[in-house]
Amino acid sequence: MPGLKEIKRRISSVKSTKQITKAMKMVAAAKFRKAQARITELKPYAEKMSQVLSSLACTVEEGHPLLQARPAKKVEILILTGDRGLCGAFNTNVMKAGFNLIRETQKAGKEVSVSAIGRKGADLLRRRKFTVRGRWVGLSGRATYADAQAIAKDIIENYMNETFDELHLVYTEFKSQAVQKVTVSQLLPLAPMEGSSCPPDKADDKGEYLLEPSQQAIFDQLLPKNVEIQIFRAILDAQASEEAARMAAMENATKNADDMIKKLTLQYNKARQAAITKELMDIVGGVEALKK
Amino acid sequence: MIMATKLKLEVVTPHGSVLSDEVEEVSAQGSEGDFGVFPGHVPFITTLKVGMLSYRNGNDTKYIFVNSGYAEVSPDKVIVLADSAEKSEDIDVERAKAAMQRAEERLKQAEKIDFARATAALERATIRIQLAGKR
Repeated sequence: MPGLKEIKRRISSVKSTKQITKAMKMVAAAKFRKAQARITELKPYAEKMSQVLSSLACTVEEGHPLLQARPAKKVEILILTGDRGLCGAFNTNVMKAGFNLIRETQKAGKEVSVSAIGRKGADLLRRRKFTVRGRWVGLSGRATYADAQAIAKDIIENYMNETFDELHLVYTEFKSQAVQKVTVSQLLPLAPMEGSSCPPDKADDKGEYLLEPSQQAIFDQLLPKNVEIQIFRAILDAQASEEAARMAAMENATKNADDMIKKLTLQYNKARQAAITKELMDIVGGVEALKK
Repeated sequence: MIMATKLKLEVVTPHGSVLSDEVEEVSAQGSEGDFGVFPGHVPFITTLKVGMLSYRNGNDTKYIFVNSGYAEVSPDKVIVLADSAEKSEDIDVERAKAAMQRAEERLKQAEKIDFARATAALERATIRIQLAGKR
């Protein structure tokens, strides 16, 4: 059994750890609320965007490079993780899904390139000897729409230059504080829009959309914007999920620290009592010896 | 077809919804020219210039600064998707003035600057200041 002093030292160390995890939980909670608010802010825009796109799809005759699928020889996988650890299995789960996707794609005989948003993912990929094509870090908690625009610009440029023919996004979808789901979605070429089939009988009622300046010009601006929005949304989702995961992890850690403190205190008291009993026995023994 | 007498106007940006209201008339600056919309307008989609958008209810006209985007017009509603947008009463005039000064200084040094960017910044600032006066 460890000595009294040592147990005491451990108790105080666990106590200070508990203080830290508790503080981290509070911080994560504040950041989480902020991230959640940002998701809510983006929502109307994203919804309206897909509405506009689907009504536009009614009038589409010619395609657009961002919409057209071409034989996928080279596939880019963009993985979204956090910049920091201590958030439970959050980063691990994303990376697991990412590596699975990489393996499957390679098995299908396609070339794979990887990019990462978030320091954790970028570092792990590098340790696993992947060449990380695009690396965006330090966005945690303060990603702005401009950041998403920069990322989208890089991605679209490379897609147009045929650096890759397909782009898949691996990120954590935020469902609720308790539920986050790792999701893989194809970003490029843009999937055919939902509700793009316009019922012909409604055509008279709705009428064709007039497009100004031209369909091509509108597509040239609207489609990249759609990519930006999807990336922005994924970033915000991932961030809310990360903070939610961190909150849960820190909550657990605090609880574990509590248990630990309880156990150690019990041990400490037992040890203390044993020491007192021993001392008493010594004294009694001594007295008995003197009597003789 | 029953004509609606009001239009639903929605202005949304990636950082939140700026306006959602029932109005009688909307005018905006499209990239091909200014246009006005009354209820029952032919549906169309257009890109917007950096500029102002105004909407009217009775005799009450209000203005919004719109930083490039799109408008989708259908007979009963107008949806504006903008990179950013501010109601005229929310415009930060001091900031716009500072931005204007910065842009002008940069334009004076002619070379080694991103001319397009500086001009765009100047334009944004000028329109913001104009609009701020219209509240």
